[in-house]
Amino acid sequence: MSGPPSPFAATAVERRQLSVQQLVRLLLACVTTLLLVPVLGILAVLVVEGGPGLTWSFLTEKPQRLGAAGGIWPALVGTVWLTATALLVALPLGVAAAIYLSEYARDNRLTRAINLAIVNLAGVPSIVHALFGVGAFVHFLRFGESILAAGCTLAVMTMPVVIVATRESLQAVPKAFRDACWSLGATRWQTIRHIVLPNSISGILTGVILVVSRAVGETAPIMFTGAVFLRLVPPESVFDRTMALSFHLYTVSTQVTDVPRHVPFSVALTLILVVLTMNSLSIWFRMRLRARKKW
Amino acid sequence: MAETHPEPAAGLAVAVRRFNLWYGDFQALFDVDLDIEAGIVTALIGPSGCGKSTLLRSCNRIVERLGYVRTAGSIEVLGHDVQHPSASRIQVRRQVGMVFQRPNPLPISIRDNVLFSQQLHDRRRWSRSDQDAVVERSLREVLLWDRVKDRLHERAVGLSLEEQQKLCIARLLPTKPAVLLMDEPCSALDPAATAAVEELIWNLRGRYSILIVTHNMAQARRASDRCVFMLMGRVVEHADTEQMFVAPARQETADYIEGRFG
Repeated sequence: MSGPPSPFAATAVERRQLSVQQLVRLLLACVTTLLLVPVLGILAVLVVEGGPGLTWSFLTEKPQRLGAAGGIWPALVGTVWLTATALLVALPLGVAAAIYLSEYARDNRLTRAINLAIVNLAGVPSIVHALFGVGAFVHFLRFGESILAAGCTLAVMTMPVVIVATRESLQAVPKAFRDACWSLGATRWQTIRHIVLPNSISGILTGVILVVSRAVGETAPIMFTGAVFLRLVPPESVFDRTMALSFHLYTVSTQVTDVPRHVPFSVALTLILVVLTMNSLSIWFRMRLRARKKW
Repeated sequence: MAETHPEPAAGLAVAVRRFNLWYGDFQALFDVDLDIEAGIVTALIGPSGCGKSTLLRSCNRIVERLGYVRTAGSIEVLGHDVQHPSASRIQVRRQVGMVFQRPNPLPISIRDNVLFSQQLHDRRRWSRSDQDAVVERSLREVLLWDRVKDRLHERAVGLSLEEQQKLCIARLLPTKPAVLLMDEPCSALDPAATAAVEELIWNLRGRYSILIVTHNMAQARRASDRCVFMLMGRVVEHADTEQMFVAPARQETADYIEGRFG
C-alpha cells in the first residue's frame, strides 16, 4: 500500500487490545463448547451400551429374575403414573400461587417471607423431601405407601420451579395490557383469565417441562413413599404401589446380582428417552402457542 | 371560572369539588374545583408533574390501582359521585372511558378488542349479528371501519399506531360512556396520525364529553373548546381555549403558553 497513512489506522495499543479481545473470545467459546462434552458423552455411552438391549420386548414385558432378565413394562408405566400425579398436584397449586404472588399480593412482610420460603424449598435436598413425604403423606394423611403419596412428595419438591417459571412469565405480560383491561372495567380476575394467562402459557409449560424432568428422574423421594423393588403388574390406581424406572435403575445397578451388563444402560436410556419425549411434546406445544402469540 | 354557565348541573360532564389527592405522603392535587361542560372538548395543560394526568385518572378511579392513594373531596360524573359508597369501580370505568398515551390494543383480534368490555359484563349470549352491528357501529364512529372491515379477525397489534389508537377509542364506545378521558393520546403518533386522531376527537365531540391531557400547545389550541391550566396540583385558569391563548388571565398561564417555563 502506498500513499499517506490512513488517519483511521489503529495505534499499537489498540492493536494489542484487539488481539486480547480475540483471545478472550476464543477462550470463552472453548469453555462453552466443553459443556457439550458431558451431555454428548453420557448419551453416547448410553446408546452404545444400552441401545442394543432396548428392544420392543424389553419395554413391554415384565421383569424376570428381579430385573436381571425380561423387561421393564411395570416400571415404565409406574413412572408415567408418578409423573402424571406429581404434575396434576404441582401444576394447579404452583400456578395458583404464582398468580397470587404476581397479580394480587402486595409487597409486604408476608409476601417476602413466602418468596424466601419458595427459594429455600427449591434448595432442600431430595432425601429430606422424601422423609417429609413419609411423615406428611404416608402417615399423617394416611395415603400409605402409594403412587399418591409419592406423587405428592414429588409435587412438593417441584412446586418452587413451577411457581418461579409461571410468575416470571406472568410478569413478562406488558403492563399496558393490564391498564387497558382495567380501564375497560375488567376485574383483576377477568384480566388474568382473558389476557394475562393466555399470554403466559409458555411459562406454565416451561414449568411442566421442569416438573416432568425432575419427577421422572428422582429416586430418593419415591423410595420410601410408594416405589417398590418388584411388582409384576402395572398399577391400577393411585393407591397402588408401583415400580418406577429411576428406582429400577438403582436396584438393577446395585442390588441385584447376575444382571447382564447392558440392562442398567438400557433402563437409563429408556429413562432419558421418556424425559426427552415428554419435554419435546411440551416444547412443540409451546412453540405452536408462541406462533399464535399476538404481540 | 369567573364566568357562569347556563345549565350548571345538567350541563356538566364532570364536576370536581375540593378534590385533594395524596400518593402516600406526597400531595398531588390541592383543592381542585372544576366544572367540565358536557359535549365539548376540554384540554388539560400544564407542565409535567402538575397533576393533570392524576386528575384525569381520578375521574375513572384507575388511579386507585396504585394502592397507596388517598383522596378527599368529590368528583361527579353527570351529577353522580364516582366515589359514592354504592358506586362500583367497574361501572365507573365502563361509563368513563380512557385512552392511554401509547396505543394499547389487547393482544386479540380487532373484533374482539371492540367487543371486549361488553362481553366481560354481559352474561347474555350476544347473537352474531348483534355483535357484528356493535363492531361496525363502533368502528364507523372512529372512522376505521372502511380500513379494517376485511380484516376484523386479524390481530389488533398488527395495525399502524394511528389505527391502534383509533381502535382503542372504538372499544370504549359499545358500553356507551358519557365521558372519554384521553391521556396525551397523540404523543406516540407522527404528525399525520396526530392530525387524523385530532380530527376524530373533533368528530366525537357533541356525542361525548372529552377531557384530553396534552403537552402540545398547538394541539390544545386546535382541538379543544375550553382549556384548563394546572400548576403544582392546582387549577390556575379555566377558560375558553381561544381566550386562554389570546389573552390569558393569569401571568403563570401566559408564561407557560409562551414557553417561558415547563
